[in-house]
Amino acid sequence: MLSIEGLRHVYGPVVALDNVSFMLAPGQTLAIFGPNGAGKTTLVKVLAGLIRPQRGTVRVDGGRRAIGWIGHESHLYDHLTVRENLLFWASLYGVPAAAREARAAGVAERLGLADRVERPVWSLSRGLAQRAAIARALIHDPRVLLLDEPFTGLDLAAAAELRVLLGELRGAGRTLVLATHNVDEGVELATHVAFQRRGRIVHFAPRGGRDAAQVADAYRRAMSDG
Amino acid sequence: MAELLRQAWAVARKDLVLELRTRTALVSAVVFTALVLTLFNFGRDPTAVPTLDLAPTVLWVTFTFAAMLTLNRAFQLELENQALEGLLVSPLSRTSLYWGKLIANLAFVAVVDAVGLPLFVLFFNVSVSRVLLPLVGVIALATLGFVAVGTLFSALVIRTRFAELLLLVILLPFLLPPLIGAVQVTARLLAGRPLSESVGYLKLLAAYDIVFVSLASFLFRFTVDE
Repeated sequence: MLSIEGLRHVYGPVVALDNVSFMLAPGQTLAIFGPNGAGKTTLVKVLAGLIRPQRGTVRVDGGRRAIGWIGHESHLYDHLTVRENLLFWASLYGVPAAAREARAAGVAERLGLADRVERPVWSLSRGLAQRAAIARALIHDPRVLLLDEPFTGLDLAAAAELRVLLGELRGAGRTLVLATHNVDEGVELATHVAFQRRGRIVHFAPRGGRDAAQVADAYRRAMSDG
Repeated sequence: MAELLRQAWAVARKDLVLELRTRTALVSAVVFTALVLTLFNFGRDPTAVPTLDLAPTVLWVTFTFAAMLTLNRAFQLELENQALEGLLVSPLSRTSLYWGKLIANLAFVAVVDAVGLPLFVLFFNVSVSRVLLPLVGVIALATLGFVAVGTLFSALVIRTRFAELLLLVILLPFLLPPLIGAVQVTARLLAGRPLSESVGYLKLLAAYDIVFVSLASFLFRFTVDE
């Protein structure tokens, strides 16, 4: 379970998070939409534990080990191979030594990287590097997955594959938080939808039966109010 | 403690593999050492100042600046694809991260020292065979102090502009105590004086190591956390 309460964080005069609270249960996926500068990345970084909020609390069942994070950057070492990167991150997340190779091979296979695991990251295309970054985030089988603009750099086929993968993770009881400025991305994955504007969550509700067009319409209205 | 050391070794091994693959810092530092010793060799008048009076200072100034070249690299490689953010989100303890960087930096500086010492003997025509063991001991003691402080400060400056220059400016004052101790002990050893004459300086070096390794291990978290 993931719960946050009363989060506030400012950068000088800019309010990045303003009294943000919500709770997500296992199997729920929250899609956070907002324009650039709305505070989505700050929110994801606070959830990941990278930024300590000036006010409020974050609770994640299982602590840091339970979190997988896909940010704007891949967090991979260019001069290590994909396999070496995955093994390194697996060791940091406490994956038992005997299980690391199999785990790395498994996530690489799942992300379509099986035939590229021995290639250094610098030699991968942007799309493949993004897949490797996703593999890195999944190497320890996290219970909570935080995704900040995860579709950036992926071609249509890879983006569709990622949606399928995220759907599988949700089905397996993982909690997903997806931040994006593009309402068309990831709506069908979401069980809950939030709109963020100037640090404030101005809309938080179950998606229900709404499709992408209906969510986009509600988003436009929320962004234009006040 | 076992987990802390296991994680530290994972970080150190990764840094060693990356450095062996790219050889960026190591080659620069070794070439720098050779060039500085060559310059000092040809840029001095041996009839004006006795070699033994000058040699210890030249050795330690060279080792100090060569070490700084490798220290700069320690956290720069973590800026690649923002890997540092990934490390900070992971369950890796800040102490493990510091110790891992410390171990890797010690290995790099040891290589530079191992190349520099024979060159120093060659250029300055000093006999170290009788005092090799205590000399290596002094180098090890002083290097540990240098690297302990340098690793902390390299993390402190990494997100700043002109990090290389800033590291020099803030680190050099802290290196004065071990530098003075190392030069004094080396001068006495090369002059054939008994090690018992240097006990005070050796205690200074040992105390510096204990204080700064402990202090840096504690303070490190404040340099990397946002």
